[in-house]
Amino acid sequence: MSNTTQPVLKARFRLDEFLFEKSIATVAVISCVFIVLILLFVMRESLPLFLGKALDDIGPVKLSRVFDFSWIPVSNNPHYGIIPLFVGSAKVTFIAIFIAAPIAILAALYTTSFAPKWSKEILKPAIEILAGFPSVVIGFFALIVLASLLKNIFGWQYRLNALVGGVALSIAAIPIIFTVSEDALNAIPKTMVEASYALGATRWETAFFVLLPSAMPGIFAALLLGIGRAFGETMIVLMATGNAALLSPSLIDPVRTMSATIGAEMAEVVFGDAHYNVLFFIGVCLFAFSFTLNAIAELFVRGMLLKKMRGQ
Amino acid sequence: MKKTGLILSSLALCAAAVIGYAGNVVTIKGSDTIVILAQRWAEKYMGAHAGTTIQVTGGGSGVGISALINGTTDICSSSRPMKTSERDKLKQRFNSLGVETKVAKDGLSVYVNATNGVKELTLDQMKKIFTNEITNWNQVGGKDAKIVVYGRENSSGTYVYFRDFVLGGKDYSPLMQTLPGTAAVVNAVAKDPLAIGFGGAAYAKGINQILVKKDAASQAFAPTAENVKNNVYPITRYLYFYTRSAPTGSIKAFIDWVLSAEGQAIITEVGYFPVK
Repeated sequence: MSNTTQPVLKARFRLDEFLFEKSIATVAVISCVFIVLILLFVMRESLPLFLGKALDDIGPVKLSRVFDFSWIPVSNNPHYGIIPLFVGSAKVTFIAIFIAAPIAILAALYTTSFAPKWSKEILKPAIEILAGFPSVVIGFFALIVLASLLKNIFGWQYRLNALVGGVALSIAAIPIIFTVSEDALNAIPKTMVEASYALGATRWETAFFVLLPSAMPGIFAALLLGIGRAFGETMIVLMATGNAALLSPSLIDPVRTMSATIGAEMAEVVFGDAHYNVLFFIGVCLFAFSFTLNAIAELFVRGMLLKKMRGQ
Repeated sequence: MKKTGLILSSLALCAAAVIGYAGNVVTIKGSDTIVILAQRWAEKYMGAHAGTTIQVTGGGSGVGISALINGTTDICSSSRPMKTSERDKLKQRFNSLGVETKVAKDGLSVYVNATNGVKELTLDQMKKIFTNEITNWNQVGGKDAKIVVYGRENSSGTYVYFRDFVLGGKDYSPLMQTLPGTAAVVNAVAKDPLAIGFGGAAYAKGINQILVKKDAASQAFAPTAENVKNNVYPITRYLYFYTRSAPTGSIKAFIDWVLSAEGQAIITEVGYFPVK
């Protein structure tokens, strides 16, 4: 008999544990692989545009024709300009975030520092459930009810327009901004709040001048995630914005967004056509945009907020 | 007794389905305008002819025609005639120009809100409205208010047909709001007093359908069954079935049945117009 404890401490090889661990790791890797494969697929389908090999009835479609100012892909003289689509997406997203951000951030501030326990227990899950709300239902609501309601109040020319879409989209963006902001606010050490009280600050002062500024990076990340969600959202904008590819500065004109264009046109486009390639190119742009936003958001939360909180 | 009967009949149905599968399969692919109609035809036909299975898929007229050229469908349904270039491709592959059968008619309606005073328009006025040359209702005899133009998505056959036929191939106004589906257009027009839109006559409920005149001097016609059938309503089109060669066997039997009184009666139920 050995009198050392060495063999006892050494992990024994167990087949079941090994298999379990590896299978979970495989699942994790697969989800990454899928994203990469999807990206590669989308890029491959838009590749003819970059190589100058995309063809339509009137000749080759070069990238210069993609950065055009009008979107009329089904025409005797087709135009594939995605600039009005980009402007449309940007307008709707701006409106959505402009409405959603104050509501969501103030709601998060309320639940973290003012709400009594019972109201917090109702509010938080209620807003989080909103995140799982089917966007097609929000879009339908906007199309049927919201558009008429806002038109009757403001009396504008177009029933379906960027503002209606933006308001509807803010319903989808609020829960994301709320949840991430709330996490950021909760991550602030109790000691900071207590120090603030000890110095004689009121609850309002503590919330607005201590909690909110310290959670800023996290809230900024929340806003970026909200923008990403609003920019990529398809069904709501497809139903509520009127889908006219206009290039106008007005917020109450109809708009056509990038995502809605893919949603509406991909189903029946001729495969391999220039129009098909351009739709995939829009997909690449959307992917790049949301990837960048998510990356920045992730870096801000991980890199800045946590370091700051740990006093590094 | 009743229960036994039920079980027996469901067994018979299953058997019929199995036999049907083992029997002749006819595929129809193409126009989304025709897909509802073709499905109704298929259901009725399969109910009466247990030996044949009809498979119906949509995807658009263009998709159906490419499937016909590629040999992946027996019948192509199309809401527009085949182009010469498409016929040429078919000739290269199968040494045949394809056989066209007119199976139904469709009248495109132009809708305005029920409160709109404008009752009739000429084709030229519609062209100008949809290309943004006429922007105010008072230019066509209505009140002084801007026109709000609605249309279908550019993936629909209706979009292309209306553009080629009414707009003479010119592009729609960029101000046109495109909505997914005719029902959405109808809904939008019904809610918007200044709106104008177009779509199949099949869906027109809760709005006014414009009476259409060929030109200023001619008579205005409503998109009624009678007017579409007699070719006096200006915006009508045929709906087609295409086969690669003269249909034979179960394909011929099905197409003959579609053109029979029984098949043509179903067209009216769906909301299109019979050819016979």
